[in-house]
Formats: sequence, C-alpha cells, structure tokens
Amino acid sequence: MSRALNYLLLAALLLAVAASFRFLQIDLSELTSRESLRQMGDYASGFLQPDFSAPHLAAIGRGALETLAMSAVGTLLAALLGLLLALPAAGRCGALALHATRLLLNALRAIPELVWAALMVLAAGLGPNAGTLALALHTAGVLGRLFAEALENTPAEPAEAIRLAGGGRIAAFCYGTLPGVWPQLLAYSLYRWENNIRMASVLGFVGAGGLGQMLYVSLSLFQEAQAASVILAMLLLVLAVDALSAWSRQRWVSQ
Amino acid sequence: MNAARHDPAALPRLALTVLALVLLWPALSLSELNLGVLLDQDNARTMGRFVADFWPPAHQGDFLLLLWRATLETLAIATAGMALALALALPAGLAASRVLSLSALHRGGRPAWWSLLARWPVRGLLIVLRSVPEIVWALLFVRAVGLGPTAGVLAIAITYAGMLGKVYAEIFESVDPRPARALLGAGSSRLGAFFYGVLPNAAGEMLSYSVYRWECAIRASVVMGFVGAGGLGQQIDLSMRMFAGGEVASMLLVFLALVLLADQFSRLLRARLT
Amino acid sequence: MTIRLHGVGLTHANGTRALADIDLRIEHGERVALIGPSGAGKTTLLRLLASALLPSSGDLELLGENPWRLSGRARQKLRRRIGLIHQSPPLPPRQRVVTAVAAGRLGQWSLARALVNLLYPLDIPGVRGELARLDLADKLFQRCDQLSGGQLQRAGIARVLYQAPQLILADEPVSAMDPVLAGHTLSVLGREAQNRGITLIASLHAVELALAHFPRVIGLRDGHVLFDRPAAEVSPEELAALYANEQLQPPGDARPLHNELQVQRC
Repeated sequence: MSRALNYLLLAALLLAVAASFRFLQIDLSELTSRESLRQMGDYASGFLQPDFSAPHLAAIGRGALETLAMSAVGTLLAALLGLLLALPAAGRCGALALHATRLLLNALRAIPELVWAALMVLAAGLGPNAGTLALALHTAGVLGRLFAEALENTPAEPAEAIRLAGGGRIAAFCYGTLPGVWPQLLAYSLYRWENNIRMASVLGFVGAGGLGQMLYVSLSLFQEAQAASVILAMLLLVLAVDALSAWSRQRWVSQ
Repeated sequence: MNAARHDPAALPRLALTVLALVLLWPALSLSELNLGVLLDQDNARTMGRFVADFWPPAHQGDFLLLLWRATLETLAIATAGMALALALALPAGLAASRVLSLSALHRGGRPAWWSLLARWPVRGLLIVLRSVPEIVWALLFVRAVGLGPTAGVLAIAITYAGMLGKVYAEIFESVDPRPARALLGAGSSRLGAFFYGVLPNAAGEMLSYSVYRWECAIRASVVMGFVGAGGLGQQIDLSMRMFAGGEVASMLLVFLALVLLADQFSRLLRARLT
Repeated sequence: MTIRLHGVGLTHANGTRALADIDLRIEHGERVALIGPSGAGKTTLLRLLASALLPSSGDLELLGENPWRLSGRARQKLRRRIGLIHQSPPLPPRQRVVTAVAAGRLGQWSLARALVNLLYPLDIPGVRGELARLDLADKLFQRCDQLSGGQLQRAGIARVLYQAPQLILADEPVSAMDPVLAGHTLSVLGREAQNRGITLIASLHAVELALAHFPRVIGLRDGHVLFDRPAAEVSPEELAALYANEQLQPPGDARPLHNELQVQRC
C-alpha cells in the first residue's frame, strides 16, 4: 500500500517536471543545437581572458572591501536591532509585545535580502548604504529569533538576584543575563556574518554596492574580460570565507 | 598581591576595543552607512506613499491572472531547474565519489593515488559551480539566452548540480560499500554495481535532500527574477520600479504563502520518502 | 524595629501551604538562626523577607516599610538595603569574581557607572577587601566557574557584604563547606554584622553551628514557629521535637543531623 503510494508520488513528480518544461516552453534540443552552442561558446570565450590590469584590480580590491564592510556593518546593526527585538520576543515585556515582535521578526526574515535591497535602493538611493540596510533588516529578523530562543533558555536566577538587591532592569540584564548568553549571541552573529559576506557580493545587482554592482555594470557594458575577473574575485572571496569558517569552527567549536 | 593590583584583563580588553574601533571606522565609511537618508523629507514622503499603497493589495482580475502565471512560472523554473540539476549531479556525484573505484577493490577500500587524483577535477568543478552564487549564473545566462525563465532554469541547474553532486558523493560514500564491492568483485559492470549495490541504500537520503533543495530553489527562483530570469521576482521588480505598492504587496504575500506551502509540502514529502 | 511579621501565611501557586500564621519581631542588629527539618519553610520565610515572595495573608514590615504597598521604584530602593545570600549563589559561570561581587552595589550605582564597571572594574580595592575577609583575595580575577562549591558560597557572601545592606538574609550560607571552614565563615559573617550594625538572619542545617554562632534561635517546622528563644535556653527536648520523625520522610529528603555538608557546585 505504502509502496504503491510511493510509486504514485514518484510518477507525480515526473509529471510535474514534464509539465514544468512544457509550461516554460523550454526546448532543450534547441538549446543544445549547434547554432546556439556556438553562440554560447562565443559568449563564454569572452570570459576566458580575465582583465588583470592594475587599475582594474585596484577597483576590484575596493569592491571586495566594500562588500566586506557592508556585510560587517549590516551584521553589526542586525545584531543590535535583533537584541533589541529579542527582549520582547522572549516574553520579557508582556504577551502583547511578544506576539507583535514575533510577527515583525518573521516578516523581516521571510523577505529575502535581495528584495529588501531593491526596496532600500528605492528608499535610500543607489550604493552600499542600501545594501547595508537591506542586510541589517533581513538579518535582524534571523538573529532576533535566534537571540530570543537563547534568552529563553538561559537561567533567570542571576538577573533575579540582582533585581532583589535593588538593581535596575538594564543593570540586571547586563550583569545577570548577558554573561551567560553572549558567547551564543556572538556565535550566531559570526555565522550570519559569514552568510552575509556571500549575500553582500550579489546585492549590487539591484544597485546596492559592492562587487555585485561592478559585475552588473561591466556585464551591461559587454566588458566580459572585466566581468570575468570580478567573478573570480567573488569566487575567491566565497572560498576564503568558507575555508576560514571551517578552520575556526574546527579550532573553537568542536574541540 | 602587588601583581594583581590592576585588572590583568584590562590591557587585552583595551587592545580589543582599539582594534574594533580601528576596523569599524573604515567599515563605516566604506559601507557609506547613513540612516539619515531614510528620514529625509522627500525620500520619506515618496516611501510613505509607496508603503501606504500596500493596503489594500492589488486584486484586479487581469493582475490576478498575471500573478497566477508568474507564480506558476516560478514553480516551473524551480522544478525544471531541479530536474536538470539532478541529471547533471548524478554522474558528477558518481565520478567524485570512490564507491565504484575498481582500483580500491583489491586495496581494502583505499583507491590508488592516481584514482584519487583523477577525482579532483570533478570535485573542483563542483566547487566552482556551487560557489558562484546562483544569481550570478542567472545574470550570465540572461545575457547569453535573453530575458526570461530559461536563464533561471539554467542557473538553478548549474548551481544546484554543484550542491547536489557534492552531497550525493558524500551519501554514496556513507552507505555500506560491501554490496557494491561484492558485485564489482563478481565481475558486474560499474553501472550495474551502482544500481544494485549503492542506489537502493542511498535513494531515500538522496531524494530527501533533493526535495529540500527544491524548496530552496523556489526561493532562489524568486530572487533571480530581479536580474530578469522570469517568474514572480521579475514581476516584483517591475512593480517596484513603477512604485505600484499594492501590486508589490500582493506579490510579496503570494511569495510568502508559496514559501510556506513549499516548506510544508517538502516536509510532508521527506517524511514519506525516508 | 527592623522586621515585624503579624499572622503572615504563604500558600504556593500549587496549593501547598509553606508558612502559616507567623508572628515575629526582630530588632535592629540582632543575629538570628533559623533551624528546622528540610521542608519546614526556612527558605520560603527568607525569600518572603527578601520581598521575593508576596505573602498570601498577614502583615509584613521590613526596615519600617511594607514592600508590597510601595511603588516599584520605592520597593527597589528598599531592596538595596536588604542582602540575600543564596545557598547556591546565582553567579553567572563565565563572569569574573570581581564583577560578580561588584554587582552587589548595582542598586546604588548609576547605569553609566554599572556599564563602565562591566568593562573595567572601578572599585578593585573595595571588592578585594570583602573577598580578603573570606580568604578569597587571590580569586579576584578568576572566573566563577573555576571556584569550588564552598568558594562560590563565600564569593556570594562577599557580594552581599559589598552591597553593605542593613539586613542580611542567608539561606544555608555554608552548606558546601567543611565543618572548620563553615564555622570560620559563620564567625566572620557574624563579626561583620556586629561591627557594621547589620541585622543577620541565617537558616542552617547544622544545629551546633546555629547554637554556637547566633544569640537567638528560631525553630521552624511545617510552616510554624515551634520555638523562638536565646541559644543558651534551647533544650535538647525541643530539638528532638523539632527534628522528630525526620527519618520517616521519603529517603530523598531524609538528612541526618550531622550530614549537612553536601558539596554543591554551580
């Protein structure tokens, strides 16, 4: 019975795939025809000689730094905003605030970075500022939720003891709650930063600065050689971040 | 006693603070962070009007038809892209893993050095395919084959082939190697050994991961629309450029619903398949 | 008058009655020990006096005020004059001892000072002084999770001494120490309370420690005050009545008199 259902499911999946190709009117045989392959080959060959001239490399270096800066500042802002939203979302300010902030966090998180970036370009103009804000907004949603969970799971006694000795709410939070959770908050933020570096390199496609904007501009001007070196730089950036995070994880987390 | 007169952590903390400030300063200037722009009179007014348009979301008949077609297109891009990715990833995953290595057969499971070396080009290719973000592939394909869903399908196929290939190779190596080795030792072909020795054990996990990736592909296909690769994303981009708040709102709502449904559906499917 | 309880009772949310009809007067500068079998309500009474629990009935007066008739701000002001020593001090494991002890004065400090102190300890000599009284000066810059159970309890005592309250409430303050250290620590606590004119109320498992270090002893059983008299006048019969049938309680709760030295860690 269950076996038959599984085969039925499989058949449905195959049908869905066939329907998709039909709906999109993609003709694979035409795509792989001699003519179109030759065109693609011509296009691709333009990328085979990346531009490594000094001024272009300097521009790429600046773009990479801009990407890193966008991701770092965006993550920092997100961590601050996320912490601010996590307090009510962890149920410290009543039930109404809890549901309201959870809804807000979910909304921030559900909208992808690139959509936020497109919105922010409208609101704040072209350039890295829009990308930074977009990263901050989306990441605040992600971090806020994670932070709220961390706050809920941390023991309440230390902060309570400080309140009982007459300390204020903020002081009790800083002395009683933060010491227990900040390693976790830091780990979450670093993890999201890693993610955001990757994201920041493509936000430029909608005009939000960084390496992405360079790539978009050079592709629009049909400068395949310049575009190729930007893509290489992106690849290097992503691989470097991957290697660094894998190394640091091994070094500090899994010992 | 005298040694501990001052806080021993003070100097490291000071150094860390100075370092953070030294790094933060160029980061702030490079990222051109300026929250004031958002509060600027003109900007705020335009944005205010735009956001005020969000309610009520657009729901005219012809717009809904357009929305329906865009949604279907997004789903179709994700599904077709995943199908192509699967077709590419299966052989690539086999080539990158060492389950079907003939040289490993009489070496106790450890392939010869030349056999390991031969796998590196495939692995390197998979790394490049998945490390270039899908939206970059989408942008490249939009320039190559023109605006529209074809670019999206190809971009998903390429990126996800890289991801699936790597994970498939890992799955192949994690299942029990003895059935395949026995078949190979008995003189069956590599393909035969794969279909009868490896696939039965690996299929559940592979399908489960592929379904999970399909869910990610839906999200990715919406995002890729912003560079012109068809689907819901392209429509959102168009409506945003025209400052049509109501249309953006209803499309975002549809996007959220789509993501939510795909999540539920993939969870259901994975529970069934494994 | 420091403390006055009139007909105070407390029923927990789950319906169990922890304290019933307590009448108590404790004058300024007195040192009082609370003894009794486990489950007698000692901790509940101390938490009540720390204004951590709201009494379900009766009148409560702390340092001349009723904490539950005060505004939130005024209650915090009252609370900074009351120090509570916990059995297992709730000090964050990753916090350094110097910061954990300095946190005793958060009620008196401005927020700015509290935040700066978090980065750089502002009153190292003051904190070291309190720690030195408890032979912990060498642990000043160590993390709380590097302390043993007994050391942690002493750090908790140092924090409350640093708070400089008018009333110290101590809940089993020496339960994780060996007998010699426990006696020494109690005499330090008693001496400091006497010198600074602080009222001290401590719950203790060890009867002999209570009789030796406190002029006045209150016996608590099943939420009632069984006796309340000077330490010299407590008779063996009263003690026998206080702890009668304790071995009949479930094995988890049964604690023979001499075995109060369990080591607790954070």
